[in-house]
Amino acid sequence: MAWTIFISFAGALIAALCPKDKPAVARWFALAVAVAGLAIAVTGYAAGFGQGRQVFVDALWVPSMGIHFMLAADGISRVLVLLTGIASVSGVLFSWNVELRTNQFFAFYFALIGGVYGVFLSGDLFLLFVFYEIAIVPKYFLIAIWGSTRREYGAMKLAIYSFVGSAMVLIGLLAAYVTAGSHSTTLAALASAGLPVSFQMWCFPLVFVGFGILAGMWPFHTWAPTGHVAAPTAASMLLAGVVMKLGAYGCLRVGIGLFPHGLDPWGVSFIGIGSWRDVFAWLAVIGIVYGALVALAQTDFKFVIGYSSVSHMGFVLLGLMTLNQIGVDGAVLQMFSHGIIAGLLFAIVGRVVYDRTHTRQFAELEPMHLSRRLPFAAWAFVFAGIASMGLPGFSGFVAELQVMVGAWQANPWWTIVSGIGIIVGVAYIWRALQKAFFSDTLPTPHELEVEQAHKFAPITWPEYAGVALLGFCTLAVGLYPRILLDQIEPAVKTLLAGGAQ
Amino acid sequence: MNVLGFPILTLLTVLPLIGAALALFSGRHARVVALFTTLACVLVSLFIWTRLPADGSIGLVERAAWAPSLGIEYHLGVDGLGGLMLVLSAIVTLMAVDAAQHRVHHMPGLFFGLVLTLEAGLFGSFTALNFFHWFLFWELSLIPAFFLIKLWGGPKRGPAATQFFIYTMAGSVALLLSFLAIFFATTSKDAPGTMDFGQLAQMAASGQLAQMVTAHLGPVMPWLAIGVLAGFAVKVPLMPFHTWLPAAYAEAPSPVTMLLTGAMSKMGVYGLLRIAIPIFGPQIAAMRTPLLVLAAATVVMGAWAAAAQTDLKRVLAYSSINHLGYCLLGIFALAVPVAGAAQQASQAAALNGVILQMFNHGLTAAALFWFISMMQFRSGGLRGINDFGGLRKPAPVFAGLMGMALFSSLGLPGLNGFVGEFLIFRGVFPLAWAAATVSVLGLLVTAVVILTVIQKVFSGPVPERWAAFPDLHHGERMALAPVIGLMFLLGLVPQLIVNTINPTVQNLLAHWRF
Repeated sequence: MAWTIFISFAGALIAALCPKDKPAVARWFALAVAVAGLAIAVTGYAAGFGQGRQVFVDALWVPSMGIHFMLAADGISRVLVLLTGIASVSGVLFSWNVELRTNQFFAFYFALIGGVYGVFLSGDLFLLFVFYEIAIVPKYFLIAIWGSTRREYGAMKLAIYSFVGSAMVLIGLLAAYVTAGSHSTTLAALASAGLPVSFQMWCFPLVFVGFGILAGMWPFHTWAPTGHVAAPTAASMLLAGVVMKLGAYGCLRVGIGLFPHGLDPWGVSFIGIGSWRDVFAWLAVIGIVYGALVALAQTDFKFVIGYSSVSHMGFVLLGLMTLNQIGVDGAVLQMFSHGIIAGLLFAIVGRVVYDRTHTRQFAELEPMHLSRRLPFAAWAFVFAGIASMGLPGFSGFVAELQVMVGAWQANPWWTIVSGIGIIVGVAYIWRALQKAFFSDTLPTPHELEVEQAHKFAPITWPEYAGVALLGFCTLAVGLYPRILLDQIEPAVKTLLAGGAQ
Repeated sequence: MNVLGFPILTLLTVLPLIGAALALFSGRHARVVALFTTLACVLVSLFIWTRLPADGSIGLVERAAWAPSLGIEYHLGVDGLGGLMLVLSAIVTLMAVDAAQHRVHHMPGLFFGLVLTLEAGLFGSFTALNFFHWFLFWELSLIPAFFLIKLWGGPKRGPAATQFFIYTMAGSVALLLSFLAIFFATTSKDAPGTMDFGQLAQMAASGQLAQMVTAHLGPVMPWLAIGVLAGFAVKVPLMPFHTWLPAAYAEAPSPVTMLLTGAMSKMGVYGLLRIAIPIFGPQIAAMRTPLLVLAAATVVMGAWAAAAQTDLKRVLAYSSINHLGYCLLGIFALAVPVAGAAQQASQAAALNGVILQMFNHGLTAAALFWFISMMQFRSGGLRGINDFGGLRKPAPVFAGLMGMALFSSLGLPGLNGFVGEFLIFRGVFPLAWAAATVSVLGLLVTAVVILTVIQKVFSGPVPERWAAFPDLHHGERMALAPVIGLMFLLGLVPQLIVNTINPTVQNLLAHWRF
């Protein structure tokens, strides 16, 4: 599985060297690299059933500081690596029409993918941080060069938020390393170092917020909608699909894994909030409801999806804060599920619709009668929208249900309030569906003439393939969740029982 | 496991899905694909009907682990009730596909794909024995129905579809919340909760469920019952949750209306019998009086409202509300806590009547909307009650067959509609004489409504423009003859169904606790 990282970075390097004037070469090469990565991820995932934590590489990297180059995976990592593989293939498919500096686009693209694989597979905290930083830089360029609406602003905002978050993580990382005795930076060593409770109490929120920023934690979420909207389709797919998961994964692996006592009660309680756990759980709940309500009020199609990501990522954070088996299982499952569904939604809005209509404003989309002119887009959005609503049969239902059950066991009010978010979730998808595709007005003869004169470009095969791939994944997980849960459950059990070991 | 160790219920559910996939890509030939698929489904469902357990218990069970941590299990099975609903759904879908002959020029592949998906939703929800599984198919039938109205409906289809969707979705959310609460309440630290209908019914019968819910959530059991009832009340519908129905039935293309009234409305009644009563028996018994008032109001107001309509589709829509009101009346009437021997006989009669009425109304109402669609096709889209007149002269066969269907709807003895309504009233009178007495009014008004339709459409002088109203052609006669024949057959020999459902009725009543 370690090869997923190497192959992606090698792919980035070679893509950069591809001839500039032959975009087709770069495209096919990119598809080959992404498929190879996915193939490795699938094989590794399949081999991981019944396995605990597997260590692939463990070499001393900086001996004086005890930094290891250690790549390892447990069930959680394997699930997220699988997600990254799927997201990277579909991202390439939906970038098939990138004509501007195609080779460089894919070079940045695979640098980002490589960093993401790296974070999910790191067994060493320092290495994890390095990969985490690597992933930020290409993100900036992807948005700033190939983006759309207010791209410099979106890119810069995203970069600043990310760097602030990683600065907080870095402080926490160094503090933990020093406090643990400066012997080793492997996750296992730090987890078993017996960090003092008072230290964990202040280090946990620092690291959790640091990672939480990238996971779209309210009120630090504002980079997400602007970043998503500014990004080119593939980048917003990756941003929502996997980059936000980096944050959530960090919260789980580093925050909860290394500083479990940071979640202990303070001993005092104010309006029912008596620990960092309560604080972050309520922030997550607010994020769920707030994201959904704001999505309901948007006039830009892509902003709806952007805010819906904030809402759905709230379930991940809420699931983590339940600290019980079913809730954390649900959080990991939701990371996968949201990665797939948000990817699909962004692909439809950004690639299938926007690249043809050149507008994302509902007011302009409404008179276009897209359900007739782009039936494939309309039906794909119906499918993805239903999945996003969390109807049974799709991955979102199982994931969010598990989070809700876990939250209920921890504090029923979390479940009740976040339930509002689910209901509003139905409403904003429904509204977007009506406005963008199924408006009730009939076309005037003049509009019909214009439509005849300006036919949209037909749907291309990469679009069909991408939608099919993502659609299959959400349906497969929704109908047979054990395909992921069988790996997630034991890994979460180990993690909750006491750190990475 | 089941017949020849073969998962025949899964096969029945998957069959229309395969058909839907094929239809989607067969363009103009989609209807042929749909015809063959639905015909195959009728045959399979009839086969299932002959293989039900003789003692009325649930048979042909299929079970497999699905997502154990969420209490989700793949659990299928049918008894006489489920089996009858499978046969009904299969027949009604076949009729709907048959009726869609001339009406679908626009995206036929998608139309028939959605119709077949809806059929799969029906089959799935009539066989599921686990909430998750059942809910999946309940929603699966809702979504195609929405798009069928939204994309192929009449001029006001947009608002009608939206209203339909929002009402049904709100009902579904209420259902889902209630079941989530039950799942939470039955979850313990070590074991996940349950969503299995049979298991929950057992826990409810022993009082354990109410204890667990009260311990975990406080005294909310009646509210959970109301949530579940609301979900079904919208679907059936029960007054005052019926307002979505006339618009949806009128705006939907006729084949879709056939599905909505013939099969989908039965999902609500079925849900009451399979889910609400077994799990919330005592709570429903406690609310029996207000529920009976609503049911009687549904019967009477449905009939009155039908009398006030001039659009034939709306007449039939309100008349459907009235007919399903009898089912609700029978169900709520039999919810009496302590039953003596005489009361038990009445309960059995009422329940037999309810189940028969579900089948009969499905068959008759679907047939009537089929006739309306033929009238619309022949008249260039007219369906006002005053637009026609004297049709029996130019189109005697049409008038004769539609007249028989109308008389079946009226409840004329000798036709299928009579038996179910008779048994319901036979059962309800001893159990709730006041509600039954009021509801008799509904019978009378329905008779007036139907006779008015017959008189205005078929008799009187023939307006000039209908002098050449084309009669049924050969193909239509061949398609309709079996349906009308079935109405007579079931009216004259109701034992064909009763013999199979009566053991189920006894079995259900023996397990229900109020």
